[in-house]
Amino acid sequence: MTEPAQVLDGSPPDVDHDFIHEVMAAVPGDSRLQMCIQCGTCGGSCPSAADMDHTPRHLFAMVRAGARDKVLRSNTPWMCVSCYYCSVRCPQEVHIPDVMYGLKSIAAREGRSPSSAAPDFSRTFMSAVHRFGRSYEMGLVARHYLRHFPLRIPGMAPAGMGMLASGRMDIRPHRIRDVKGLQAILAKAKELETLP
Amino acid sequence: MKEFLYYPGCSMSGTAKGYNDSLEAIAGPLGIDLHEVNDWSCCGASEYFSIGPLRGYALVARNLAIAEREPSESRTLVAPCSLCYVNLAKTNKYVRTDTALAGKVNEALGAAGLSYTPGSVEVRHLFEIVIHDVGADAVREKVVRPLRGLKIAPYLGCLVTRPDPEKRWKAKEHPREFDRLLEALGAEVIDYPLRTDCCGGHLSQISPGMGLEMIRRLLDSAERRGADLLATICPMCQMNIDLYQAEVNRRFKTDFKIPILFFTQLVGLAFGMDAKSLGIGSEVISSRHALAKIGIEVPEPPEGEPVAAGAPAEKPRAPRARKGPELPMPHMPKDEGVGP
Repeated sequence: MTEPAQVLDGSPPDVDHDFIHEVMAAVPGDSRLQMCIQCGTCGGSCPSAADMDHTPRHLFAMVRAGARDKVLRSNTPWMCVSCYYCSVRCPQEVHIPDVMYGLKSIAAREGRSPSSAAPDFSRTFMSAVHRFGRSYEMGLVARHYLRHFPLRIPGMAPAGMGMLASGRMDIRPHRIRDVKGLQAILAKAKELETLP
Repeated sequence: MKEFLYYPGCSMSGTAKGYNDSLEAIAGPLGIDLHEVNDWSCCGASEYFSIGPLRGYALVARNLAIAEREPSESRTLVAPCSLCYVNLAKTNKYVRTDTALAGKVNEALGAAGLSYTPGSVEVRHLFEIVIHDVGADAVREKVVRPLRGLKIAPYLGCLVTRPDPEKRWKAKEHPREFDRLLEALGAEVIDYPLRTDCCGGHLSQISPGMGLEMIRRLLDSAERRGADLLATICPMCQMNIDLYQAEVNRRFKTDFKIPILFFTQLVGLAFGMDAKSLGIGSEVISSRHALAKIGIEVPEPPEGEPVAAGAPAEKPRAPRARKGPELPMPHMPKDEGVGP
């Protein structure tokens, strides 16, 4: 009897046959993920594939094999830049970047994403939008670089100062009028996200 | 004048100030009347969908709901930023085709007394309006200072011709519409094969190894083909190529100094407008050197900007001499395009 997950690297089986359905449910509309024919056009079209743990094709084979844990620990969805080359070339019209967003959201919810810089960046961005209703570059850059890339700061400083001097970056955030209403919407949406 | 609902997006009042200034200057002459929607919020960039997808759709739909309420005859919501555009357009499509999603989104919007009728507004990118509604011919008629002699790489980036949820573009990978527009301005448009490649989006911030490499590829291809500057239609692309060019140079031991301007700034220049009024001069990699080629003066950088950040190259980029035998020989791609 074959054990599909062992095909990948010989480690003990980690099989969740419902995983493909869980992923498809995390994507709006019909993602067409089950239609993948493993042709590899996606990986061949991907500008950031060289730094991915698995090509998209490989990852989808793992999803289908039910290798839930390995898929959620893969850096592949986090390296996706959502440029949509794969999705316009896919002969089966799989909504690949949306599948990647779905995988990221499951991994983030379970705290399994491989690199902390990516989800941290997203969360820092989101906290500013939650507070002000708009993105806040200065706060985002300061917090993100101090935490994850302190060594890049000296090199970035001249360009950053230029951005400040030419008015392209504001010290203070812009705030929308109805922040309360926005926060109520986001709170309700978060509550609905956790429902089955 | 044709009226449109307008969603500026966060970068127009910040990092893409030059885009904002130049759009304000050319909208009238192009016959575009932009009606900014009331109290709009962020589109969530690529961040909300990664962590909280429903929060992402609700955040975007709040803007669609506000646009739906606007007292305007126009039902077309225009976004100048490619990322805002794709988030608005995709959400608009998904709430129309996925009723379960539409129900949840409206339940969330209800918490602030809002609701959105799926499909009640259409979402379009500013660039697409200029191409399809205004047209290159109408633009050409208004040109008083052709950008003759300026070599421009037409960099569209992804997200406008892809994923294209409403199927407005025929060519998804090598569209030529941007070339036609820049040619209408009198510029010399270089054949830029990476025209719809990705700038790396937020990878420059979370995974610099790959993010900076993607920026390097774009600059390298433009330089090999002799571009004086890149033209863009997206604040994110502009920021990546402009702000991170110095870091690319340090990491890859390169010496790129290629400015990147918004297409609206180039339209304004060809319409005879003053560079400063178009926000030119606020870019980190100064366009002064490139525009001097065609006799356009760019204001000095603001006080406090270190010279190193945006100074033009002292010596013009000389084409490398082709080495080796006189007969054409097969060569690796990196030896291609050694100059004019």
